[in-house]
Amino acid sequence: MMDWLGPEEWQAVRLSLGVAARSVLVSLVPAVLVAMTLARGRFPGRLLLDALVHLPLVVPPVVVGWGLLMLFGIRGPIGGPLNDWFGIRLVFTTEGAALATAVMSFPLIVRAVRLGLEGLDPGLEAAARTLGAGRLDRFLGITLPLMSPGILAGAVTAFAAGLGEFGAVITFASNIPGETQTLPLAIYSATQSPGGEAMAARLAGVSFALALAGLLLAELIGRRMHRALGRG
Amino acid sequence: MLEVALRHAWPGFALDVAFTAPEGVTALFGASGCGKSTVLAAVAGLLRPLAGRVALDGAVLLDTARGVVLPPERRRCGVVFQDARLFPHLSVAANLRYGLKRAPRDATGPGFEEVVELLGIAPLLGRRPLGLSGGERQRVALGRALLARPKLLLMDEPLAALDAPRRAEVLPFLARLRDVARLPILYVTHALEEVDALADTLVLLEAGQVIAAGPVEALAARADLPALARRRDAGALVPCTVLAQDPARGLTRLGFAGGELVAPLRPGLSPGGRLRVRIRARDLAVATEPPRGISMHNILPCTLLGIDPAGEVPEGVEVFLRLAVGATPLLARVTRDTVDRLALRPGMPLWALVKSVAFDHAAGSA
Repeated sequence: MMDWLGPEEWQAVRLSLGVAARSVLVSLVPAVLVAMTLARGRFPGRLLLDALVHLPLVVPPVVVGWGLLMLFGIRGPIGGPLNDWFGIRLVFTTEGAALATAVMSFPLIVRAVRLGLEGLDPGLEAAARTLGAGRLDRFLGITLPLMSPGILAGAVTAFAAGLGEFGAVITFASNIPGETQTLPLAIYSATQSPGGEAMAARLAGVSFALALAGLLLAELIGRRMHRALGRG
Repeated sequence: MLEVALRHAWPGFALDVAFTAPEGVTALFGASGCGKSTVLAAVAGLLRPLAGRVALDGAVLLDTARGVVLPPERRRCGVVFQDARLFPHLSVAANLRYGLKRAPRDATGPGFEEVVELLGIAPLLGRRPLGLSGGERQRVALGRALLARPKLLLMDEPLAALDAPRRAEVLPFLARLRDVARLPILYVTHALEEVDALADTLVLLEAGQVIAAGPVEALAARADLPALARRRDAGALVPCTVLAQDPARGLTRLGFAGGELVAPLRPGLSPGGRLRVRIRARDLAVATEPPRGISMHNILPCTLLGIDPAGEVPEGVEVFLRLAVGATPLLARVTRDTVDRLALRPGMPLWALVKSVAFDHAAGSA
């Protein structure tokens, strides 16, 4: 069963799913915090933070990968101490691939969460205050549940997009089968090797199906949650 | 007792008000943009004024001079917003209990069942706010605010977003809530019918200033307050007691301090019940001798206290007659020509005439 994909092809699919999942786990909480800061905060430098967060959307992914290599390389300002003090190495590892993917999909989550937050009536939080709810109480009981469709939509979209991150991953984590060779990297390798066309086609089909399923799932969850939250 | 003194400003507008609100309903009344909602937000703590002091039964909620600014969650002011602001992800029951759960343990007030019964919202408890009508939503919002066991209720035009039938649906519930709550209620509105139906005390606001404050009946009978006197429905507000229902003749007889009024039969009232009737100045005529063979039911002997300009344009064409029927002041609006023709002078005995059908529009339980 499932022999229509070879073992190394399955490996690439599994690796892609794992990397995408980890990238979402890593970026979700910071992305929510940044989205809230951008949506609600009024401070100098907000525009700069906004631009910085959205950079991965417009900068060539290879440049993002190169930047990560500079920062997190074993001689980099962050990667050096990580390696020396904790023995953690990110370059050329699955974790590194997840980090590169997380940076690339970070703006997607921020945008989705922010959209959800801006659609949220601040009057509801004011009402909760007059009813005696403190800051954390309000956040957990009112704000978080009402922005959860945005968070979930962002997470699913980021996951779907993360399955296909190429430039940043190959630059920062390289193309190591079983370690960092995710779906797009495997497709790229297949097209580069003689007789790999069939494999490339199969993997491309899988990529397409996964992306489509991800987007449909995001839409479906979004609708379900809107109904569950009583927002029509 | 609520004491309020506030100063606030933003470009093109300055607010400077001071007033006190005893137990019962104090209406902050004025046109849009007069600053009444700003006052309410500052009392609730949702807006921080430039300077001011707000104290409730001696407890200071805000005193900028002493640097005291309690956050809204510690002020214990229940707020009913114009747009209800029910939490969409919670059921009606959970909305109602939201404030109740967070109220201090020693706080007293009507219980959950009592409030649900009072507002007639038992059938809605399991539903979500989205599926409710505007009137139902506002009733739930009233219950939620009351169940937070507040020491003060703040209502920011709670009926303004509703159409006339919905307003009529919610208004009696507001009156019942007022009678049950036994709290000071600050009620922001620009609708005189709500003032007539609910308010005990009236604070008139104009362009950020208090231009008059006092018992609502006393202010309604004054001719020198343009905000009230220049309205089409300007006139005295008379507290009445139902004396008798006369279904055979189709009449309701009402007693007030100084006499009796006859109104078209209003079903649902019972003898002894109290209500307030607005006698509009333009519905009131005067005669120098008791008229005979006239359709008007209400012919009240009275004394002319004074003649005041009506302040209309062109000036001096119409005047207000200030009348007293026993202890009850009334206002009549007549032309200057009438004053000359009848040689009206203060101190003259007169007869005030009101058609009974003039009472169809303005009354509320009091």
